[in-house]
Amino acid sequence: MDSESLLLSLELAAGTGQGLSPDRRTALLTSLLLVKRDYRYERVLFWGRILGIVADYYIAQGLGEDQLAPRKTLYSLNCMEWSLLPPATEEMAAQMAVVKGRFMGDPSHEYEHTEFQRTTAEGEKTFEDDVVVQVKEETRLVSVIDQIDKAVAIIPRGALFKTPFGPVHVNRTFEGLPLSEARKLSSYFHFREPVDLKNRTLLEKADLDPSLDFLDSLENDIPKGSWSIQMERGNSLVVLRSLLWPGLTFFHTPRTRNHGYIYVGTGEKNMDLPFML
Amino acid sequence: MEDSTSSSQEKENQQVGEAVRLSGGRAAASARDPAPQQPGPGARQDFGAPQQPGRASRGAPESGSARADALGPPTGERGLPGGGRREAGSAPRPPCRRSGALPRAQELRAGGAQERSAAPRASQAGCRELEVAVRNAKGYLLRVSSKTGLSLYDHLSNMLTKILDERPENAVDIIENISQNVKMAHFSKKLDTLQNENEMLPTYEIAERQKALFLLGHLEGADQELEDEIAENSLPNVMESAFYFEQAGVGLGTEETYRIFLALKQLTDTHPVQKCRFWGKILGLEKNYVIAEVEIREGEEDEEVEEEDVAEAEERDNGESDADRDELPRPFYKPPQAVPKEETRTGTNKYVYFVCNEPGRPWVKLPSVTPAQIVTARKIKKFFTGRLDAPIISYPPFPGNESNYLRAQIARISAGTHVSPLGFYQFGEEEGEEEEDVESGRDSFEENPDFEGIQVLDLVESLSNWVHHVQHILPQGRCTWFNPIPKHEEEEEENEEKEEKGEEPDYLEQEIGPPLLTPISEDLEILNTPAWTTRLSSSVIPQYAIAVLRSNLWPGAYAFSTGKKFENFYIGWGYKYSVDNYAPPVPPPVYQEYSSGPEITEMDDPSVEEEQAFRAAQEATEHAAQDNEESEEDEDDNSEYH
Repeated sequence: MDSESLLLSLELAAGTGQGLSPDRRTALLTSLLLVKRDYRYERVLFWGRILGIVADYYIAQGLGEDQLAPRKTLYSLNCMEWSLLPPATEEMAAQMAVVKGRFMGDPSHEYEHTEFQRTTAEGEKTFEDDVVVQVKEETRLVSVIDQIDKAVAIIPRGALFKTPFGPVHVNRTFEGLPLSEARKLSSYFHFREPVDLKNRTLLEKADLDPSLDFLDSLENDIPKGSWSIQMERGNSLVVLRSLLWPGLTFFHTPRTRNHGYIYVGTGEKNMDLPFML
Repeated sequence: MEDSTSSSQEKENQQVGEAVRLSGGRAAASARDPAPQQPGPGARQDFGAPQQPGRASRGAPESGSARADALGPPTGERGLPGGGRREAGSAPRPPCRRSGALPRAQELRAGGAQERSAAPRASQAGCRELEVAVRNAKGYLLRVSSKTGLSLYDHLSNMLTKILDERPENAVDIIENISQNVKMAHFSKKLDTLQNENEMLPTYEIAERQKALFLLGHLEGADQELEDEIAENSLPNVMESAFYFEQAGVGLGTEETYRIFLALKQLTDTHPVQKCRFWGKILGLEKNYVIAEVEIREGEEDEEVEEEDVAEAEERDNGESDADRDELPRPFYKPPQAVPKEETRTGTNKYVYFVCNEPGRPWVKLPSVTPAQIVTARKIKKFFTGRLDAPIISYPPFPGNESNYLRAQIARISAGTHVSPLGFYQFGEEEGEEEEDVESGRDSFEENPDFEGIQVLDLVESLSNWVHHVQHILPQGRCTWFNPIPKHEEEEEENEEKEEKGEEPDYLEQEIGPPLLTPISEDLEILNTPAWTTRLSSSVIPQYAIAVLRSNLWPGAYAFSTGKKFENFYIGWGYKYSVDNYAPPVPPPVYQEYSSGPEITEMDDPSVEEEQAFRAAQEATEHAAQDNEESEEDEDDNSEYH
């Protein structure tokens, strides 16, 4: 959610029950402003909160001119002092894949994981060893945020548009989705570089508007049914909740520009989804 | 001619505005227009002819003139060089210039009907050239697209009208979108009222329902009644707890909480409620559940029991009639005796739960929970849909529909996460001495009148200052253990099936759970994850902070305490946390229906050698039977032949 409309956004996303305490809220309003100045971001998004056992991580993201350019991620434990996280790499994801369980809330905490490794020494002898791999929680944090961003960060159709020169900008003429469109998954896009779009058939691509439909829509998400879409407060608020990453809530008030997403959760993917539907 | 156009850029921009308005059909004849149009028939036909019908159809003359008047003053402002020039530099410029040049040409022909000092006079020949050029250009622009039936001229003028009406900043950046929006506007259906109504219906419906909640209180006017109502209050102070939970960073937002508050009031007004509590909210795929925990006044909860008895009786009837009709072979398998469900007001059925999808919608009472449902609920992991009558498709099969599953999960969550500060509750004294309680653990408690509160810091630092005040549910699915064996034997005697008796264990070990009011520090860890996380609500101002407890076992379960007060709350998807991935239980081994023996076991086909040997043996016996006295030589011969 945009840091500038933080209070309204929190109010709209409150239906999931995870808000911020008044002191955190106030702290964010102050500190995100400073973050925006110090790091020279065009836009600062309050991304959410990862619940740890000892402490929680508060995450913010800074965006530049191009909305789809890699985002800078910052975290804070007290909502006041922010530290920049390194960009995520594939190596990190591979490391993270072996870590299970909850976050601790201490960036320097090290997860230990014994890996079964086969080393081939000189000649033909092979040794089978248990190697203890240590993964820092900060690494895991970076990787989880990146995964969540790629999997479930979403925007309504039309909120961003692609300029003829390539960069993606916030669409100032976006007036919100009409009610009839707001209930369809196809009106929501992944807020990331399109992956699936190239694989679509020509027939499917025929009706797309290149300046608006340049992202993947949620329609083709796997597994099917990984989103819960609900109209709340009568019909005046659409709320999408990800079931794959429980804790991610997206909200949009149809016919207004208000939209955003927030993640408040344990930072664990719901691998049991197929059983639960 | 070029200098004339460029020198008076400012004026031209004004003209653009006017021209746009005229051709856009927004304004009909302005005050100035008629004069210049009269003398120039050549230019006029081009300009006027396509516009006339449009004008006539679009607006009454009065409204047109009123519009023109209203537009009078802004035309002066429109000449602002900043915005105008930048616009002129971009793509839409050429058409603008041309259309803008048109009125000037007309004005010139009017013989200076309007004095314009800045406009230079041009020669007659130049004028004519310009006129022709303008006419051609305009003709081109007015050409109607064969596909869409629109002309660029109309489109551009509509666009410029929109821009000038709305005056967005840096319009050049969004000119593409504006163009698109203008085009889209052609397709927007002019919905008639009926369709409109339909689309908005649910919004109004819920608003109407919620209005009723607000009006409920006003109906009883008398002060006497109000006093009575306040005296016998069963309504919890939801807003106060919501305030504390907000300090903890949990909560549904003020509006929704207040709506729930009103809905609870409606519930307590319409039902005989002793005590009521806002239990929490469970998220579903389609709708959510708002859950109220209610203690019904004594003697007023019999209806449900009767209903269920009737239902059971019906089931029994059905079973008998089926048996009469067709006698099926009876399996030896006898299901283990069902563990009876706990009576209302005890154990898992201590409270009654009401749910609604949204505050304002009717409250639905959940059926009481059976041990079988709790046992199965432990083995499955499902999302709620939000429809109470939805079937639960799972393995192992869940006995009941979603309302039963919801009730089972509520019971499990309550048992796991309802905690209170140590000393807030104490055991009731009278019941503690009874013999039954010695066996099952004491199951009743009351509020401790002498409770003085615990320091908030102590509550945060030590989990042993918190206790469970809901009974632990045993693996059996009950809070108090039920011994299934004695009854089992009786049934066996009735059915006269004594063989099986030996297989059954004579004695089942009694399941024992932690007693009531056990400190939560004794809760089990889940793979190095402690079951609870405690926190002070604010680190900035710790003096007035409250203690917050978050369950790691049931994500979404929270408790707070200010030292004296406390409250529990659940908001989440309604499933238990597990580190490892869920795996459905393995199906049980296939039940053996009969004892396996040689007479029903399939045998291997005999090999050729075996067959020959067998035949030899058979014939040998035949021969032996036929002529016992034959010599050994014959037998040898026979065997050689075969």
